[in-house]
Amino acid sequence: MSEHTILALVSIITAGLTMALGAIGAAFGESRIGAAGMDALARQPDEAGAITRNQFVALAMVESTAIFCLVIALVLLFANPLLPAR
Amino acid sequence: MSAEVFTEHVLVWLGPVPLTRTMATSVATSLFLWGALAPVGRAVARTPEGRLAAAGRLMYRFLRNLVTETVGHPSRGLEIFSGSLFLFIAGAALLGQLPGFAPPTTNLAATSALAVLVFLAVPFAGIRARGLSGYFKRYFQPSPLFFPLHLVSELSRTLALALRLFGNMMSGHLIVALIVALVGLLVPVPLMALDLLIGLLQAYIFTILASVYIGAAIRVGEEEGA
Repeated sequence: MSEHTILALVSIITAGLTMALGAIGAAFGESRIGAAGMDALARQPDEAGAITRNQFVALAMVESTAIFCLVIALVLLFANPLLPAR
Repeated sequence: MSAEVFTEHVLVWLGPVPLTRTMATSVATSLFLWGALAPVGRAVARTPEGRLAAAGRLMYRFLRNLVTETVGHPSRGLEIFSGSLFLFIAGAALLGQLPGFAPPTTNLAATSALAVLVFLAVPFAGIRARGLSGYFKRYFQPSPLFFPLHLVSELSRTLALALRLFGNMMSGHLIVALIVALVGLLVPVPLMALDLLIGLLQAYIFTILASVYIGAAIRVGEEEGA
């Protein structure tokens, strides 16, 4: 295998790993936020608007770690600085 | 399928200035919003009891509530700024469902421009509301040692805003493009619906976060008084 083939292979595998491992953490975090939000909604249905709004903001914050992993995976696949430009 | 994730499709060169596809789609989104919302504005002025006017008022009340609840008091400037952000991102997500139309928010440069707008609006709103020294006091708040931390947080949250919007919009777009290349008919429809939902949700989240950041700058010092 040539040097570039090895680099491409490692990049593809790393992109998959990045996305897989990055999604785990975000999934756990978002499930906890969802559970806490449901709990709060059941306790205080009157505050549904505020709870939902803050829940969405928290979800977006937690999700950004997965999105950063996605961007890194996309960089590895489509804008890899080590591979020759296509 | 041509994957243009980080590269940019140049349509025309105007001398040394490239006219890219993102520029064209941004202008198209703005024109679409203007064309769709100008009649609503006229309807509110002319026939306040009509359906179109009711829809316009509902939309405006949604945006005003969003700003009022995050800032604590009504703020007309922030309503205009946040409302424009929301309508642009949501309109881009809606137009992205058209075949062959890549929303401008699938481009990292476009989302970075939106995030930089928020980054610049924070000191602008803060200085206008609190005065120069009142605003910059915030950076030295618990103790002057926190100054670098405040700086890093401002920069990293701007980066996060840009990357979050780009990642969400681009991922939806890529997934739909992949499924279309694989199957084609009808199978991508649920994924397109999910893409639309995520696009509207991201517009909401971007708007909320922008309002929270700017609201925090406006409210500097109110917390200590309370």
